[in-house]
Amino acid sequence: MITNEKTFEQSGEINNIIRPPETMMSLAWKRFRRHPGAMVGAIVMIFMILTAVFAPLSPYDPVKSDIKNRFQAPSWEHPFGTDGLGRDLMTRTFYGGRVSMTVGIMVVAITLGIGIPVGTIAGYYGGWIDNILMRIIDATLALPALLFMILLAAILREADLPIVESNSKMTIALVLGVLSWPTVARLVRAVFLTLREMDYIQAAQALGASDLRIILRELLPNGFGPIIVQSTLGLGYAIMEESGLSFLGFGIMPPTPSWGNMLNNAQEHLIQYPWLAIFPGIMIFLTIISVNYIGDGLRDALDPYKVLAEIGE
Amino acid sequence: MGTYIVRRLLQAIPMLLIVSIVLFGLVNLAPGGPLSQFSRSRRMTAERAESLKRQFGLDKPVPVQYVVWLVGNDWMKVDTTGDGILDSHGTRKGILRGDFGFSYKTREPVLDEIGERLPNTLYLLGFMMLFTGLIAIPIGIISAVKQYSAFDITATTLSFMGQAIPDFWFGLILILVFYATLNNPFTGEALLPSGGMYTLGAEFSIWDRIKHLILPVTMGLVGWVAWYSRYLRSSMLEVINADYIRTARAKGQNERKVLYKHAFKNALIPVVTLFALDFPYMFTGYIYAELIFSWPGMGRLYYDAATSRNYPVLLGVLIIGAGIVIISNLLADIAYAYLDPRVRYE
Repeated sequence: MITNEKTFEQSGEINNIIRPPETMMSLAWKRFRRHPGAMVGAIVMIFMILTAVFAPLSPYDPVKSDIKNRFQAPSWEHPFGTDGLGRDLMTRTFYGGRVSMTVGIMVVAITLGIGIPVGTIAGYYGGWIDNILMRIIDATLALPALLFMILLAAILREADLPIVESNSKMTIALVLGVLSWPTVARLVRAVFLTLREMDYIQAAQALGASDLRIILRELLPNGFGPIIVQSTLGLGYAIMEESGLSFLGFGIMPPTPSWGNMLNNAQEHLIQYPWLAIFPGIMIFLTIISVNYIGDGLRDALDPYKVLAEIGE
Repeated sequence: MGTYIVRRLLQAIPMLLIVSIVLFGLVNLAPGGPLSQFSRSRRMTAERAESLKRQFGLDKPVPVQYVVWLVGNDWMKVDTTGDGILDSHGTRKGILRGDFGFSYKTREPVLDEIGERLPNTLYLLGFMMLFTGLIAIPIGIISAVKQYSAFDITATTLSFMGQAIPDFWFGLILILVFYATLNNPFTGEALLPSGGMYTLGAEFSIWDRIKHLILPVTMGLVGWVAWYSRYLRSSMLEVINADYIRTARAKGQNERKVLYKHAFKNALIPVVTLFALDFPYMFTGYIYAELIFSWPGMGRLYYDAATSRNYPVLLGVLIIGAGIVIISNLLADIAYAYLDPRVRYE
């Protein structure tokens, strides 16, 4: 190999056709761009985020009722129609997106915040501490998820503690996050377990690197790809679960709009005023499908074996 | 194998204990605990509340209450009249002996309530699982065998859509289409009923039962078929590229036999894990469908208990549910080890 490189450098012409150095990220982006589903998903997702960000530009108020205009069918003035209190449904749907996406991002943050440290400790130190953490994870996964979230939400609804005020986004995010971290913890642990015994880690240890340095600089970056993919898919699950809980009346409570509680509200008048039910569901569907396609594209793009194949190694 | 099963069973016991402690603690330490529904009543005086607490044993510290809940109180003296004197032996047997207490709402034993609802849930979920298998298995196989064909691309796209459709919304749309919009051309009635297990007051008829099943089953099928077909496709793809399949072909085995005898059987093994994850729904029910289609199953029971804070029912369903999750994971692992001998040697 070394002799080869020398010959390349010595002959100037061949030097020109050597590709410029490519980073892992630029290669991943190249692969991501070639995944049609992921690109369409990304575009739809950007559009959904824009509707949420610019929701306050709407001339209507998402919460204040306007009884004169109740149950208006979709029209130019109210493209999604109005609900039983005369509120513009497009405005509420876009505000609902703000709530659902915020909760989703909070859940992902909680998941990573618990999952990465737990997985790291279990995978790096192993032994009895790993055993205990794994049993906790098993016990967490043994709980029937939806049922436990309902119980937790029903209990927290009564409580008015400082962080978990009733009906705050944070409370719902905690309810969802309590059960979602084990996946990430297991993932990080698996990465650590396979790499812990590798020569380069032993070399780093021999050079006197601290545990923290080895964990942060040598091991954790290897989990970067799977963690990103898992977080993306986790965002989708979280949004779906939040909508489901809100639909059941155990998530975000009215008058704050969320896609789930708008559907709950629609159920009562489903037959007479079907437009109440249609749009929030389409928004959930579009968000989840784009997130899933983005996750699929990222999985392909960040797969180290595929990237290596690309470089030709 | 035997020792493996025993070891796993022994591991399950501490896990169930942890789960039961967490759930019991959560319910009892939380504000708005078991007695809060009484304290809302205006007629409730402080003395009456104290007396009730003593009668229910709620004046004792939570760990003692937990032990009573677990093993019962028929071995100790309790205060049945609420006057502060321990007068006679308790009557509770504890959940270990199958006494999950009484529902606050109906005053019936929790187990009786569950027994009443469970058949309805098994009936609904049983058909859902049956049809999931009947639809997802062929789709998964064909998709994998004809990878990147028009069929595969359509199936994969539909599966992405199926995973993204919120089922609770899909249920509402089904009602809109098949109940509110479409009519039976002969009778002019709605094409399909919007809820219930059968027409109330009508005589038993199989057709009536089927009509009531179609929408709730369809609502759940979409997501399940999407998941299972995609999962089976990828596991089938993995198997098809395995060495022993190439060997079978090289030896001149005919393609049908290669695919269905060698490949399919092995591709099903990973699906066991997915099935084990979904199996507990047979007990806990399908809350969304049971609510939307007013189906009197376990999901409804739990939902109603949660809205009225009927803690004995909530705890009972959760604990039994957790037990079923653990057992079904254990069975999946055993099945896995049985089907795939490589696992046994690890």
